Amino acid sequence: MRPAPRGSGPSEPAARTAEEASLHQELQETWSRDPGLRGWLASNDHKDIGRRFIVTALIFFVLGGLLAFLMRLQLAHPNGTVLGPDLYNQIFTMHGTTMMFLFAIPVMEAVGIYLVPLMVGTRAIAFPRLASFSYWIFLFGGVALYTFFFLNIGPDAGWFMYTPLSGPEFSPGKRVDIWSQLINFTEISALSASIELIVTTFKLRAPGMSINRIPLLVWAMLVTSFMVVFAMPSVMTASLFLTTDRLVGTHFYNAAEGGDPLLWQHVFWFFAHPEVYIIFVPATGFVSSILPAFTRRPVFGYTALVLSLIATVFIGFGLWVHHMFATGIPQLGASFFTAATMMIAIPSGIQVFCWIASIWSGNLRLRTPMLFVLGFLFLFVLGGLSGVMQASVPLDLQVHDTYFVVAHFHYVLIGGAVFPLFGALYFWFPKVTGRMPGEKMGKLSFALMFVGFNLTFFPMHVLGLEGMPRRVYTYLPETGWAGENLLATIGAITLATGFLVTLVNAWWSIRHGAPAGENPWDADTLEWTTPSPPPAYNFLHVPVVDSREPGWTRTSASPIVTGVRSDCREVLLTSLDAEPDSLMELPNPSIWPMVTAMAAGTTFVLACFTPWAVPIGTVLGGIGLIGWAWPKSEDDECEPPRVEDMSEQEKKEGAPRVRL
Amino acid sequence: MSASPILRAAVIAACSAAVSCTGSHHMLDGAGEHARRVAELWWLMFGVLAVVYVLVCAAIVAAVVRGRRSPADLRMVAASPAQERRMIITVSATVAATAVILFAFLVATYSTSDALSSLARTPADVTIKITGQQWWWDVEYQDPVPSNTVTTANLMHIPVGRTVQLILVSADVIHSFWVPNLAGKKDLIPGHQNTMWLKAERTGRFEGLCGEFCGLQHANMRLTVVVQSEQDYQAWLQSQRLAAAEPSGDLERRGREVFVRGPCVMCHSIRGTDAAGFVAPDLTHVASRPRIGSTVPNTREHLLRWVRDSQEIKPGNRMPPLALSHEDLDAVVAYLETLK
Amino acid sequence: MLCALAAPGCKREERAFRVEPPQAAIAVGTRLTSLQPGTPLPARSQENEYEKNAFAMNEGKRLFQWYNCSGCHAMGGGGMGPALMDDKWIYGSSPDQIFSTVVEGRPNGMPSFGGKIPNFQVWQIAAYVRSLSGNVDQIAAPTRNDNMHVKTQEQSAEKVAPADSAPPPPQ
Repeated sequence: MRPAPRGSGPSEPAARTAEEASLHQELQETWSRDPGLRGWLASNDHKDIGRRFIVTALIFFVLGGLLAFLMRLQLAHPNGTVLGPDLYNQIFTMHGTTMMFLFAIPVMEAVGIYLVPLMVGTRAIAFPRLASFSYWIFLFGGVALYTFFFLNIGPDAGWFMYTPLSGPEFSPGKRVDIWSQLINFTEISALSASIELIVTTFKLRAPGMSINRIPLLVWAMLVTSFMVVFAMPSVMTASLFLTTDRLVGTHFYNAAEGGDPLLWQHVFWFFAHPEVYIIFVPATGFVSSILPAFTRRPVFGYTALVLSLIATVFIGFGLWVHHMFATGIPQLGASFFTAATMMIAIPSGIQVFCWIASIWSGNLRLRTPMLFVLGFLFLFVLGGLSGVMQASVPLDLQVHDTYFVVAHFHYVLIGGAVFPLFGALYFWFPKVTGRMPGEKMGKLSFALMFVGFNLTFFPMHVLGLEGMPRRVYTYLPETGWAGENLLATIGAITLATGFLVTLVNAWWSIRHGAPAGENPWDADTLEWTTPSPPPAYNFLHVPVVDSREPGWTRTSASPIVTGVRSDCREVLLTSLDAEPDSLMELPNPSIWPMVTAMAAGTTFVLACFTPWAVPIGTVLGGIGLIGWAWPKSEDDECEPPRVEDMSEQEKKEGAPRVRL
Repeated sequence: MSASPILRAAVIAACSAAVSCTGSHHMLDGAGEHARRVAELWWLMFGVLAVVYVLVCAAIVAAVVRGRRSPADLRMVAASPAQERRMIITVSATVAATAVILFAFLVATYSTSDALSSLARTPADVTIKITGQQWWWDVEYQDPVPSNTVTTANLMHIPVGRTVQLILVSADVIHSFWVPNLAGKKDLIPGHQNTMWLKAERTGRFEGLCGEFCGLQHANMRLTVVVQSEQDYQAWLQSQRLAAAEPSGDLERRGREVFVRGPCVMCHSIRGTDAAGFVAPDLTHVASRPRIGSTVPNTREHLLRWVRDSQEIKPGNRMPPLALSHEDLDAVVAYLETLK
Repeated sequence: MLCALAAPGCKREERAFRVEPPQAAIAVGTRLTSLQPGTPLPARSQENEYEKNAFAMNEGKRLFQWYNCSGCHAMGGGGMGPALMDDKWIYGSSPDQIFSTVVEGRPNGMPSFGGKIPNFQVWQIAAYVRSLSGNVDQIAAPTRNDNMHVKTQEQSAEKVAPADSAPPPPQ
């Protein structure tokens, strides 16, 4: 019999003993960021970083959406005159680049950076300065790209930049070069975030959180991070080769000198196919986190879900050639990729069926986050099925590069990732801001988004079958495509309104929403056992986890860890089995990661124009890194306890500092 | 929540009512062997997956209806082991069914692929080399006798029921040759030579497009494919082999003078005249083509606009605006119209 | 730093598809000899704004092949025609002098392209020709072609200052 749910109340726990109050004071002093603007910039608190990461990614989402809106205006009528071909090419390239590199991956990483340390029960993320660096380098990359775009130097050869169109002969100027450099910015950001998440998950879990008790969102972020680590270097290599082809005169993609334009496609898609799973897998984590609170039961099939995630990752690396079926690859090779692409539907199917089983056997509450989960199920399954169709080579040879593909990937990316993301935003809104999100506006937003999305993208399936290719800035009236295009534009307006309602809702709720307590949804993971918003130190006492749903089973009498210092930034490291292993001191906040990000950013942008960027960047980056790694002064370090403070007993026995 | 599946059905119905499944570039309107087989595969997959989708939606709706409680009800679910076991069996069975369906699709795919590639094993009756250019199709009919080769642009005539082999190369960037009514697409990649086979099963006129983003005017890189009976095809081929017709009237003769003395010869060729440019479409029989610049229909008015300033019609294309006087323009257009 | 890239960036990246009217911008009053009555007027050379425009110079490079300049001049190294990437400019190296050379033709084999190549394209070709000797905005200059590698790309071409050359005065 579980205890009564902790209700909503003021963020500060009502009954706090004097001892707890002084511990709170001490921890607050140790873990808070420095005051003022410099402190805000220098913060390495994963919650600060996660919040600003999410906000920035959402700003890019809005920008990318505006670009899409312009495209839909141009395509609403045949022979449209809103945009000429050059501007249209820049806009659709910027739309794809923004959504894939500046929104989708960063926002998933950001939610991970915010939530994973809280969910595993620790005070901080591993490598906190690297987390700060990963945000700043992402921000500078996006700013650089948009600055170039507004100066008419926006990339214009498609978000996947096939050579030789993106090569030196057919894309003169610096447009493609800034795209290449953006890859460096965003991939370094993603790699940094992934390393932190992997290490946090492996080493910083609270004692007792063994492998089979790790929350599904943490599992999702863990496998995503591994995908990032293996996939990102591939696209960095591809873009490095493109940069050197364009600026230095190498011949990687030049067939006349022994290179091959197809090399680009292989190296790029080896990254870009796993990338879509990098975007989708965290969304599955969101769904698995939201369901327990609203179905009043643990998610059905924990083990199956975990194994499906791992299978998705492995199979996901074996699919990339399905983007290249039309290039003239041998039939036998293509057949292998057809089989692999169809196979990946199985782990996805397992996940979907487990979730439906959870709903079936649960006591369902239809609040806004749950609505988004249901919307996700309808939309993602449709997108997945159209994906199965395209796995088949003969069929793909007809629908490849048409609006059928556009419909498919928007169903799986918006339906399969953005809907769960919005559900997650509503779900964790109370935790992050301390206020409840408006429920009526949430439901309205969902309805507008669901209807608008289907109106926009369902007709595109038909357009693709009718032969409308992708990336065309206009079409002739006699094609008969005008009707569906107009419908899609109307749907886009509805969808955009839906997004707007959520933004307004967020803005309004932060100011006027009802105060949220620790666990307003009565959810099952550890972050719901701290105040909303969490204090800088996350948990007053590091918890000891004794079940898979600590949010439901923890009481004030549950075991905690003692012995972790509260007067300096110390965290407990645990082994793979979540046994306490050692203690580690984390660095203080610092402005140097931001300075290093600026140095790196300057290098990348300058590299488009002159080879002097390399030595300049080395020097600047070197300065930044030296500042970053500068050892702590003696006062700041975590001293071992002074001998007089230890009790006689402890001195004699050499007792362990940490006890559970 | 139960309103949305109904809404979805209405949208689908409306879309189906509003659109047909035939058209000059509708891939389900198969006029060639490849397209027809692929359309069959499509209907098989669509049928099965539509049923699957309806079942999954029904399961979601049923789950919602079954599980729904009031928002204030926070009771936890105590699932019995028996119920859990039943659910495990159901989910496992569904996953197994999924695997079976996927395997069936795999088999259907392989059999379709195999049938399609059988065409490659028959000797070709017609061989055409297609060079993709930014932003037009350079079509060259191959023949063992060199003087019998036919060069045209953005147009292809093929005999019905015969195997046509296409050799696909690119002069600049990656393009993709696609005639939805006849077959799937194949890329034209610089440095590679791809081959595809076509076999049209009925006569008619079909649209082709470029299926890979190739720059500014990717949208306007069209190709017309005319499928004819064997005799009509041979007649067409014969007429294309002839050099340019002698102009009859004064205006047309003046037009030819303007053509060969002016900028046109830097890029274009007209067999039988001094014009021997090789970077732009061959114009020997330009009047017999359905489109100008693969964009607008071939009428006098469009031809006039194109020659005067093609950038107005197809901005970014490789033909520069020309400084011709009104009279010269009229003359050139009159001459070009005689080149049937 | 980003602001510093702004203004040149705009000019470099402009893509003009239609130059209206096509016959505008003819080079006016170029000189082929430095000999003048009395004190010579200061050298007047018309600037070619395409020398800062990446798209235009890339077009010039394409047209150099298309109109078969490479038939005599190879890729700048010369053959039947003189080399274009060195410091010897028989008929002058300023943009308008190159324009005149192309349009008027020259003795010993340089055809006259006037009336055959639209004037704005001649300016594009002239800008490209100057890039062969590194005399244009390096950042906007073209880079390597997707052809066989025959020379350093124009963007890295060493700047070769034109030697003071003028045709010898008639005897």
